[in-house]
Amino acid sequence: MSTVVTPRVSGATSATTVRSPRRSLRDGLRRFAEAAVTPLELDDVLDVFHPLRAGAELRGKIVAVHPETDQSATLLIKPGKDWAGHVPGQYVRIGVDVDGVRLWRTYSLTHGPRPDRCISITVKAIPDGVVSNHLVRRVRPGQMVQLGQAAGDFVLSDPMPGKLLLVTAGSGITPVIGMLRNLFSRAEPVQADIVLLHSALSRSEVIFGEELRRYAAAGRLRLVELHTDVHGMLDVADLDEIVPDVDERTTYACGPVGLLDALEEHHAARRLPLHIERFRTAVIATGEGGTVSFAKNGTVLEADGATPILDAAESAGVLMPSGCRMGICYGCVLPLREGAVRDLRNGELTTAAPGDGVLIQTCISAAAGPCDIDH
Amino acid sequence: MTVIQKKPTNPIAHLTPEDIEQIGIELDAIRQDVIDSRGENDAAYIRRVIDVQRKVELGSRAVLLFSAFPPAWVLGTLGLSVSKILDNMEIGHNILHGQWDWMRDPKIHSTTWEWDSATPAEQWKHSHNELHHTYTNVIGKDNDLGYGIMRVDEDQPWHPFHLGQPLWNFVNMLFFEYGIAAYDLELGGAIKKKQTKDPEFQRRLKQVLGKIRKQATKDYVVHPALSIPTGSFLSTLAANFVANTVRNVWSHSIIICGHFPEGVETFERRSIEGETRGEWYVRQMLGSANISGSKAMHILSGNLSHQIEHHVFPDLPSNRYAEIAPRVKALFEKYELNYHSAPMPQQVASAWHKVVRLSLPNGWLATTKVSNAPQQLKMLYKMATGGPRVRRAAQARLNQQARKAQAA
Repeated sequence: MSTVVTPRVSGATSATTVRSPRRSLRDGLRRFAEAAVTPLELDDVLDVFHPLRAGAELRGKIVAVHPETDQSATLLIKPGKDWAGHVPGQYVRIGVDVDGVRLWRTYSLTHGPRPDRCISITVKAIPDGVVSNHLVRRVRPGQMVQLGQAAGDFVLSDPMPGKLLLVTAGSGITPVIGMLRNLFSRAEPVQADIVLLHSALSRSEVIFGEELRRYAAAGRLRLVELHTDVHGMLDVADLDEIVPDVDERTTYACGPVGLLDALEEHHAARRLPLHIERFRTAVIATGEGGTVSFAKNGTVLEADGATPILDAAESAGVLMPSGCRMGICYGCVLPLREGAVRDLRNGELTTAAPGDGVLIQTCISAAAGPCDIDH
Repeated sequence: MTVIQKKPTNPIAHLTPEDIEQIGIELDAIRQDVIDSRGENDAAYIRRVIDVQRKVELGSRAVLLFSAFPPAWVLGTLGLSVSKILDNMEIGHNILHGQWDWMRDPKIHSTTWEWDSATPAEQWKHSHNELHHTYTNVIGKDNDLGYGIMRVDEDQPWHPFHLGQPLWNFVNMLFFEYGIAAYDLELGGAIKKKQTKDPEFQRRLKQVLGKIRKQATKDYVVHPALSIPTGSFLSTLAANFVANTVRNVWSHSIIICGHFPEGVETFERRSIEGETRGEWYVRQMLGSANISGSKAMHILSGNLSHQIEHHVFPDLPSNRYAEIAPRVKALFEKYELNYHSAPMPQQVASAWHKVVRLSLPNGWLATTKVSNAPQQLKMLYKMATGGPRVRRAAQARLNQQARKAQAA
């Protein structure tokens, strides 16, 4: 909504913007509506009827679930009206309710902008992965998810490099498939020379395998498939052999940490252009006790695994909210930005990564590894 | 009831310290079972209740736009009363207890939820979660024992003011949301201690007044104004007032059933020093009373009909209380403790009975007969007007007489 600025009346000393009558009416109506539903917000009421409307918190409705391999599936999602679009190669944060608990993960968008305005992610179920298994096996069309706006800088430059080397492994193909689908669906044929070097555990585990081989057959790219069960893992030292003109290409890579680190070293030594997308694993260090840091207060302290964070913090001079000090009143709740804590009553572990929105009761939680409290 | 520490037969005298700790262990196990099985169905439950409540409220307010038409008035007022009751009890009370924090939904969370009631959530959480649930039924620490305007235990000192407590209780019942707001604000305490100019009190006062203003504007200005086109301004205003009152009366009735019925135990202040987890559990078990009845009654009471289960597990999802109640009751039986449960009319009557009975000094009712009525009344008058020393002396005599009468 843009503010209409009316010309200042001469002699006026106020620097405030004079709103147009239409804007005031809209504001007034909104305030009136809020006064009618308080303590609810108008958004809470509208969410009952139209959760994907403009102005709502960003959400998406799952429109379809397409299995890709027996370990992966593509989810087609219709985002709310405020979805601001994306550039192929970017990723999206998605909040999914699994067994009643809202968990957040990040997935690459596997299509460029589509005419039906839907977005897609392709999820690979990792062993013991709570969210990935839920998305691959249990989620149903019609269910809602929370969304963040698209983010990330793993995107093709404009204009595109003339010669491109794409190195991917496993689910690292997901941001790249988005780029390729977008390139190959353009009205004007693409002028670039593309080599895609993809490594997967076996031929049947290559996500989008059929599609990639079709592109290769049509001459749109050169596809080099490496199947670990037959060819072994990709060794960066072999790159010159597989791609003789690697020095002339701009490389985009996405895959496991080991591959990306090796590529970085290789390309840095030869001063070759390289863009990398790292997938953060949800592994959080856990242990008995740990370093507790307070993001806003600045205090950092060592706490053992038997002392409640509330007590440890107060001993270190941090002013902490508290109540019953026995876990029943929720008067000590603070955000755990990152790290792991253990419930002293039953030993249950709670872990958090930035953006997860995890809140803990400090009076019954002890550090279980390094942790960062947003206080 | 007097505190259990002063009772001739202490209801927990037969429990050894090991028994008490074992009770704690068994209750912890029940709690863990619920936490282990908590998941999708529970999340779906609270979302459904919230969805239903919002639709019933919106629908009722829409119907009340035509409230000049009597059937619309009745239907709308009924619906609005139910939606306010659901908002306060099954939804608000339970979310603010943190029962649904585990979902990590920032909207359905004890730190962000606000409810359709005059008292701000923040202030209620302090007086309820922190104070009432920690010091449950401890004389001198748990102000829910009478809310500062009534005495509900023989061990609370009698004051002439208490003679009017059936009336105070009745007035509180009609305007309960304001009673709660004043209580959470600690208005009485601030006035007595002359702390009304305190900046912290002023902040909370402003917060409450702001909340009341928004609530009153909604119910008594905005919605009646929306009804003007159908000539329903006054009838909508009346409907909203009645709905608020119905909510007040219902919630007051449920709440006094929680700890006031005859037979619910109270505890001495000193007895909780160094209280173990097991001892805390036992105090919660004996200091609470349940209401038995239909599923509809359970949900409209916000599952406070399972007051015992709620006090033992305040942060477990309310929809699970009915399920674990048989296990909790079995634990009472195993350790020969009284599981206080009765239908609603009985519990409400019992609570009121206590309010009336204790409006009079201890022993007065027991020692008054038709034959000595005039003297008893004269003594009562002296106690009411004579000042603290006269009261103490008269009370001592009354206690003596009551003991003699009992021995006889």
